[in-house]
Amino acid sequence: MPLITYRKAINDALAEEIIRDENVVIIGEEVAQYNGAYKVTEGLWQRFGDKRVVDAPISEAGFIGMGIGASMLGIRPVMELMFWSFAYVAWDQIINNAGQVRYMSGGLINCPIVIRGPANGGTNVGATHSHTPENFIANTPGLKVVCPATAYDAKGLMKAAIRDNDPVCVMENTLLYGESWEVPEEEYVIPLGVADLKREGTDVSLIAHGRAAITALKAAEILAAEHDIHAEVLDLRSIRPLDEEAILNTVRKTHRAVLVDENKPFCGVSAQIAATIQEKVFDDLDAPVQRVCSLDAPAIYSPALENLQLPTVARIIEKVLQIR
Amino acid sequence: MEKTIERPSGLPERPSLNMSKLFKPMPSVTDDEVAVDPADYSRAEINASLKPKQKIGFLREMLRIRRFEQASLKYYNQGMMGGFLHLYIGQEAVAVGTVSLMGKNDHVITAYRDHGHALAVGMNMNECMAELFGKATGCSRGKGGSMHYFAPDKNYWGGHGIVGGQTPLGLGLAYGLKYKGLKGCALCFMGDGAVNQGAYHESLNLAALWKLPVVYIIENNKYSMGTTLERSSAMRNCLAERADGYGIVWDIANGEDLYEVRAKTANAMRRAHEQSLPTVLEVDTYRYYGHSVADANAKKYRSPEEIERYKSHHDPITLWKKRLLDEGVLTETEADSIDLAAKDEADTAVQFAMDSDFPAPKTIFEDVYWEVDNNTESGTTGRHFFGE
Repeated sequence: MPLITYRKAINDALAEEIIRDENVVIIGEEVAQYNGAYKVTEGLWQRFGDKRVVDAPISEAGFIGMGIGASMLGIRPVMELMFWSFAYVAWDQIINNAGQVRYMSGGLINCPIVIRGPANGGTNVGATHSHTPENFIANTPGLKVVCPATAYDAKGLMKAAIRDNDPVCVMENTLLYGESWEVPEEEYVIPLGVADLKREGTDVSLIAHGRAAITALKAAEILAAEHDIHAEVLDLRSIRPLDEEAILNTVRKTHRAVLVDENKPFCGVSAQIAATIQEKVFDDLDAPVQRVCSLDAPAIYSPALENLQLPTVARIIEKVLQIR
Repeated sequence: MEKTIERPSGLPERPSLNMSKLFKPMPSVTDDEVAVDPADYSRAEINASLKPKQKIGFLREMLRIRRFEQASLKYYNQGMMGGFLHLYIGQEAVAVGTVSLMGKNDHVITAYRDHGHALAVGMNMNECMAELFGKATGCSRGKGGSMHYFAPDKNYWGGHGIVGGQTPLGLGLAYGLKYKGLKGCALCFMGDGAVNQGAYHESLNLAALWKLPVVYIIENNKYSMGTTLERSSAMRNCLAERADGYGIVWDIANGEDLYEVRAKTANAMRRAHEQSLPTVLEVDTYRYYGHSVADANAKKYRSPEEIERYKSHHDPITLWKKRLLDEGVLTETEADSIDLAAKDEADTAVQFAMDSDFPAPKTIFEDVYWEVDNNTESGTTGRHFFGE
């Protein structure tokens, strides 16, 4: 299987869906002529032209709202946010319009829109550019949100998101764009709401999403090599819909759970997972559920400290050792 | 007084800002577009061809809106419905006049004062009244309420609760039409208060930049909730004219005169259909009730005399009726029977709403996700709803 980057995997997904469905259109800042601020859309404008790949001015509320309106008519816009952090100026459009219009119309209208872009800290760009709003989106019934951790997942989930008839937010990660994974050449789609067991283990479950799943895998390596602890790593992939069965199954198997989450701890994704575990598999637990989240302050600029603010391998190992 | 803004030398020339123009709006449309005596829009091409039956039809539509809302007010005041009730009474000629011009590929979207547009596009009173009562038979199955009526089968896309929030959506409808190569336009209605929202200005820029067939219709009823125009806009008398800043053609219509509303909207729609260009059309109108029924209205921000003056001298229905009587296409008896029928229809709608059931509790989880409702693979993998 060829090794391709996370960035290229998304690019391939976009190209394949543009070819597959004439209603798919890519809109965003710098996506066309500039080839994408993070080069995710590189080459697509040259290949598919002005109609299918559209440069938008810096007007997130305007163009995201426009995409939502167009999706009500059956267009399938894939809107790029240069950073998910910029979604906040379009929040009314995303939450009130994309998120609620189906419900408020009694099911008469739906919005097959995808809003995608990176949502991560760790690049020393300060608090305004480092938000991880998957918990905010997941808190809004009507919206869906996925956070792929690998190139394989990014491609398969992107294709599922574009084909989905509900609004789907895809949260990528700039630190993963240049990383490579094996991606098959033949077409595949990963359904939303299906988690991926990225490493099997017997002693503890590390449950994560997005880049935190990669951090958890690194921690699992060390736990096995240095502590003889065999950690299972469950990558949620999709936050809403959520593969609850996979979460419960891994806890039933290992009886211990450490949740790894680049979200902030208060009302973050891992808070929901922890609540689910204690509600449904409390008797299977041999230790309290632990969490490793971003440290609960705005994202700090200082490069040395920001690395500590995000979930680290060391903090994961420490938590696992506490409940071994 | 004309003032030129001074700029450092070496920069390209820019047009001078004509201050006097800002205080006395001068529509940017050309004379030949209107091509009639501005006082008599009955002679505009779009109106000259109207048959008596159509003219009477407009009266019927306006009366239906008014009687529907009067009935809804009565039961709102009796506590039979929840939420807010933003009445359109006084503004009827705007919805009826504009919507009367819609063809197959023309679409409508509006804000929360949406009953008039809904009835004008052909939604029936029963489903609209039942929605106010929160019943399962409501147009949105009791899930939207007064501010959120929808009928996509009639090209009616709501009914939106956040001031200005619908303006990018209207743009998106226009984008969708253009993308599909359809000759149509989006009529995006908004109030005068919405011109101060950022999303609207972003939409104007995009509409002009991408040449999208959208008509922004500002229904200027003089008050953004309880705040007058003078207290909310830095430039007085400058609503539609802000379109100049985006190179968009704009115009102002007298909303008391259904002929004028139609003539000027027709120009805007022609520009959209034939040139794929946007227009901002400000329609001068007035609402008799508060922003919503719950507000202080005449007790706080305007005088009862002002409201009375509009009711007695500027009522669009009274004026239209008089016009049709003068033209000899309508008799008083006919007018009375149309009004009576509208009243009966509204009473029947109230009865229908009262007799209807509330939605079943299980419907709380319906209409959230298309994929779940349609039981697709995507709708059945993973958990979509949380809690108990």
